[in-house]
Amino acid sequence: MGYHLSFNLIWRHFDKLWGGLLLSLELAIISIAIGALIGLVLAVWYVSAGRVVRAIIAAYVEFIRNVPLILLVYLVFYGLPTAIDIAYGPTTSFVLTLSLYAGAYLVEVFRSGLEAVPRGQLDAGKALGLTPWQRLIDVRLPTMTRITLPALSNTFISLFKDTSVASVIAVPELTYGAQWINFSTFRIVEVYIVTTIMYLVTGYAILFGLRQVERRFRVER
Amino acid sequence: MASEHLLDIRQLAKSFGKHQVLKAVDLHVSKGEVVTVIGPSGSGKTTLLRCVNFLETYDGGSIRIDGTEVGYRNDGPQRRRRGEVDLARMRAETGMVFQSFNLFPHLTAAENVMLGLRRVRKKPKREAREIALHWLGRVGLGHKADSLPGELSGGQQQRVGIARAVAMEPKILLLDEITSALDPELVGEVLDVVRQLAGDGMTMLMVTHEIAFARDASHRIVFMADGMVSAVVPPDQLQAAAAENDRLRSFLSRFSATAH
Amino acid sequence: MEQILYAIPFLGHGLYITLLVSAIVVALSLFLGVLFGVGLVYGPWPVALMVRIFSDCIRGIPILVLIFVVYYGFPQLGLNMSSFWAAVLALTLFKTAQVIEYVRGAIGSIPRGQMEGAMSIGLVFSDRLRFVIFPQAVRRFLPPWINGVTDAIKGSALVSLLGVVDLMQAINQVIGRTYEPMPLYLLGAFIYFAINYSLSSLSRMLERRYSYIRD
Repeated sequence: MGYHLSFNLIWRHFDKLWGGLLLSLELAIISIAIGALIGLVLAVWYVSAGRVVRAIIAAYVEFIRNVPLILLVYLVFYGLPTAIDIAYGPTTSFVLTLSLYAGAYLVEVFRSGLEAVPRGQLDAGKALGLTPWQRLIDVRLPTMTRITLPALSNTFISLFKDTSVASVIAVPELTYGAQWINFSTFRIVEVYIVTTIMYLVTGYAILFGLRQVERRFRVER
Repeated sequence: MASEHLLDIRQLAKSFGKHQVLKAVDLHVSKGEVVTVIGPSGSGKTTLLRCVNFLETYDGGSIRIDGTEVGYRNDGPQRRRRGEVDLARMRAETGMVFQSFNLFPHLTAAENVMLGLRRVRKKPKREAREIALHWLGRVGLGHKADSLPGELSGGQQQRVGIARAVAMEPKILLLDEITSALDPELVGEVLDVVRQLAGDGMTMLMVTHEIAFARDASHRIVFMADGMVSAVVPPDQLQAAAAENDRLRSFLSRFSATAH
Repeated sequence: MEQILYAIPFLGHGLYITLLVSAIVVALSLFLGVLFGVGLVYGPWPVALMVRIFSDCIRGIPILVLIFVVYYGFPQLGLNMSSFWAAVLALTLFKTAQVIEYVRGAIGSIPRGQMEGAMSIGLVFSDRLRFVIFPQAVRRFLPPWINGVTDAIKGSALVSLLGVVDLMQAINQVIGRTYEPMPLYLLGAFIYFAINYSLSSLSRMLERRYSYIRD
C-alpha cells in the first residue's frame, strides 16, 4: 500500500477549500432563511386554508421530498431557463433550488409545530380579547418557534451537507474545491481527508452551537 | 464445597459506582423454605434478589445454588464471568417474578409460558402448550391462555408472570415486590397464588412490602438495612426482635403508620 | 418529442440500474445496520464506541463527498473497484449509518424489563433478540426504514457523477442528444416521485396501523 501522505499541495491550495467552506455556509444560511420564510407562510396558510390550497401545498411538499436533490438542481439550472424567460448563474440557481427544497421540509416542521401549540394558550389569547392576527403573532408563533427549534437545527445541518451537490453545476463551494484540487494535484487521499474533516468539524460545531441556543429557549411543558 | 442449603449467599458485596448497595450479606434458604426479605427502600433487597438471578453482577462474596456458584466460575484464584450459555442455563434454574410483570406483549399468555419451555427446555410444541395450560390453570387463568397481556388486568398479568416462572420448574422462585405495581383490590388474587405455591413446597425468596402476608406465609423473615442483614427471625418473633432492634422497630412502626 | 419516445427503452435501462443499485444498497445496509445497531445497544463499550464513531462520522459527511472518497480515494489505497461498486459501497456506508440509528431507536423504545424477563427464563442472547426483542422492535423499525429506502433511491442519483448510467445519467445523456432538458427532467422527476411517494405512503400506512396495536 506504499502510499505516502503529503499535504504540501493541499496547503498551497487551501484557499480553494476555505473559500469553498465559507460559500457552503453562506449557501446554507441564505437557503434556510428563504426556506423558513416559504415554510412559515405556507404552514400558516395551510392550517387555515381550504382543500384546494392544501392539496397544492401538499403537492409541492411531496414533489420536492420525493425527487433527488441533484435532479432538482439540474432542473432549475439547465431546464427552467429553457422553459421560461429567466437567466441566472449557477450560484443563484442553486440558492433558489435549495431554498425551495428547504421550504418543502420546513412546511412540515412548522405545520406540526403550529399544531403542537396547546389549545389552552389560544383560548387564553381569545379570552384576553386578542384578534386572530395578534393570536398568531403573539401566541402561536413564539411557542411554535421554540417547539420547532431542534428540527430547524437539524434541517440546517442537512442543508449544509446538501450544499455539496452545488459542485455539479460548478458552484465553487467546498466539494467543488476538493474536486478541483483532486484533479489538479492528484493528492486525492489528502484532499479528501482534509475536506471530510472540514465538513465534520463544521457540521458538529454548528450542531453544538445550535443545541446551546435550543437549551436557552427550551419550553417548559 | 457442598452445602446443605439450596441457596447459600455469603459475604455478598455489590456497589453501583461509589455507592455500596450490599455489604457482606449472608443469607441461606433451604429446600422448601419460604424466606421473605423486608426493609426500607434503598436497603438493597431488590439488588440482592437480582444478583441471585445474575441480572446484576456482584463484586465480592459468593452466591451458590445447589453448590454451584451463580454467574462466575473460579479458575484457580481468578474469578471469571460464566459464558452466555452457562448463564442462561443457570438462570433457568431460578424463576423470577418481576414488580413490572415483564410479560412479552407480543405473545399470548400461553406463548409467554411456552417460550422458555420450548427454547430452553426444548419441549415439543404440544407438550409445552400442555404444561403452559396446566400452570395457567393453576393460577386461575386457564380461560385466558390465548389472550395477549394487554387484554389482561394487572393481577392477571402478574399471575401469568408467576406461571411463566414456575412452569420452568425452577429450584427456587424469586419474587421481587410482585404486588407493588397492582391496584389494592388485585393484590389478593396474586398473593393467593403465592400462598398456594408455598403450600406445594416451592422454595421461595421474596421481597415484599406486604408485612402481614410475609408474616403469614414465610418460614423466616430477613430484615435488611443499609445493605446488610440486620435481623433474621421466624415470623412469630418479629415483634420480639423489634424490641431489641431499633431500626427494625422504626421500620415496622413507620410501616403500620402508613398502612391502612 | 418523438426523440423522447425513442429514448424510453434507454431510460428504462437507467431505471433498472437505479433500482438495482438501490436494492443492493438497501439489502447490504439492512444486514450491516442491524448487526452494528445491536452492537451499539448491547455490545461491550469498545464495540459500542466504534459503532457510535462510525455512524456519527458517516452521517456528518455529505453523501456526494462519501461517493468521491470511495471512488477516487480508495484505489489510491490499493482498493480498486468499478464505478458501480464504488457507488454501491459509498451508498451502503451512508445507509448503514442510517439503519444503525433506526435500530437503536427501535430497540431503545423497548422497556429494559423485556430483556430481563427473557433472561430470567434462561434464554440465550440470540434467542432473546429473536423471540423477544426483534418482534417488538420491528414495528418501530419498519416505518422509518421503509421511508428511508427513498433516501437510498434519491442518493443513488449521485452515482451518475461516476458515469454509472442510472436513471439520472440516462436522462442527462438523452438531453445531450435531444436538447430538450425540461420535459426530460420533469419525466425523470415524475418517475422518482412515483417510486418514492409509493414507499413513503406505505411507510405512513404501516405507522398508522401499528399505532393501533396495544402494548
